[in-house]
Amino acid sequence: MSIKLQVEDLHKSYGSHEVLKGVSLTAHGGDVISIIGSSGSGKSTFLRCINMLERPHAGRITVAGEEMKLVTAKDGMFKAADERQLQMMRAKLAMVFQHFNLWAHMTVLQNIIEAPVNVLGVSRTEAVERARKYLDKVGLKNVEDKYPAHMSGGQQQRVAIARALAVEPEVMLFDEPTSALDPELVGEVLRVMKSLAEEGRTMVVVTHEMAFAREVSNHVIFLHQGRIEEQGNPKEVLVNPTSERLKQFLSGSLK
Amino acid sequence: MQFEVIFEPATLKLFGQGILVSLKLLFISVTIGAVLSIPMAIMRVSRNKWLSTPVWLYTYVMRGTPMLIQVYLIYYGVAQLEFVQSNWDTVPLLMPFKDALFCCVLAFTLNTCAYTTEMLAGAIRDTNHGEIEAARAMGMSRRQLMWRIVLPSALRRTLPAYSNEVIMMLHGTSLASTVPALMDITGAARSVYSDFYLPFEAFITAGAIYLVLTFTLVWGFKLAERRWLAYLQPRKA
Repeated sequence: MSIKLQVEDLHKSYGSHEVLKGVSLTAHGGDVISIIGSSGSGKSTFLRCINMLERPHAGRITVAGEEMKLVTAKDGMFKAADERQLQMMRAKLAMVFQHFNLWAHMTVLQNIIEAPVNVLGVSRTEAVERARKYLDKVGLKNVEDKYPAHMSGGQQQRVAIARALAVEPEVMLFDEPTSALDPELVGEVLRVMKSLAEEGRTMVVVTHEMAFAREVSNHVIFLHQGRIEEQGNPKEVLVNPTSERLKQFLSGSLK
Repeated sequence: MQFEVIFEPATLKLFGQGILVSLKLLFISVTIGAVLSIPMAIMRVSRNKWLSTPVWLYTYVMRGTPMLIQVYLIYYGVAQLEFVQSNWDTVPLLMPFKDALFCCVLAFTLNTCAYTTEMLAGAIRDTNHGEIEAARAMGMSRRQLMWRIVLPSALRRTLPAYSNEVIMMLHGTSLASTVPALMDITGAARSVYSDFYLPFEAFITAGAIYLVLTFTLVWGFKLAERRWLAYLQPRKA
């Protein structure tokens, strides 16, 4: 399978505190990679560096064979050398956020067609068609004209997933997609994510859901203090961890 | 009370023309003020000091001085300057100062634009950060982010405060009556008062007219809020 996403030796600091000390990741087509770790381990920062929502200090990011053109700015962090390229690459790396981040003043349909129409230049008719297809995929009916605030958290997150799908990305990035949800709503979102994994989408998921990491992903990365402490097949890594840190972490989180 | 004087055709005509003048002042100044406030608010929140500081200074001065003083400064100040009066027949830029209505509109526009700019700038700053991140993550440019996400959201959230601003401006247009050449609603009332010496009848009529206009505006804004702020309202069953 071709390499969809390659991140090499990513470094990121806040002031003198180095939160990422050289983290790398390779995702082939169809890979589902779970990133786990305690809070402060740098897992969300790592994910947010991949699409430059956070600016790393060093590293290389390649999406579907195209390397992101980055230069060091005056503040020592990377910035995009080519804004247009960054925008196009971001659209290939659609992101789903912890707090959904739907555009509150737009209806569900408007949220989903916004990027296809205005970023990718897809025609409105086609974008609406796509939106309906993906709403169906995430299992939502009769919600097109609703506003996000009038829906449950689980529904909002599924709309956010449909919005990410609508740009037909190479890789989907999930930043703790179920952490802000009531426990009884977590299942519906995880089920949608599982169905995406099954149809072969490439996904990188920062998560606290050990069951998801174990059952759905084919690769798990355990981050600790800005480094990859352990990684591999979740069925091995999560069942028989070798590092002390991961053992500790799993005994604390896995019930 | 002698309200029959108010209902004489000549008086009614006077008030009718007053309403037209007041609405004209309001409509022109509020429209231009609102349109100008959009680029000004964007400048106001800019990280570039060369863009934000002049706007800050402008809104600071306009909001820090009474509108009556601003009307006086333009009508009795700028428009009465020897230099302006001797040149306003030849220099196109000075020509409008011959017109009392223009002087008032200019003062009102500068005033309402300053308040609207600050309101809108506040709403832009308050935009949910997550929504901005989502827009960036979807590949929007800075321009798209501003015009597609931030401004549509900020303009909507400004609406309730802006309806107050428009009402205040309607009441503010009564300051036009201090300019002798203009006969707005208050000006009409003053003229009735001095012609017939009927202070209560004249000013009660003016007050009633303002009241009706105000409620019309309030109603209009309610409709607008129902349309554009539907996303903030409780879910309908």
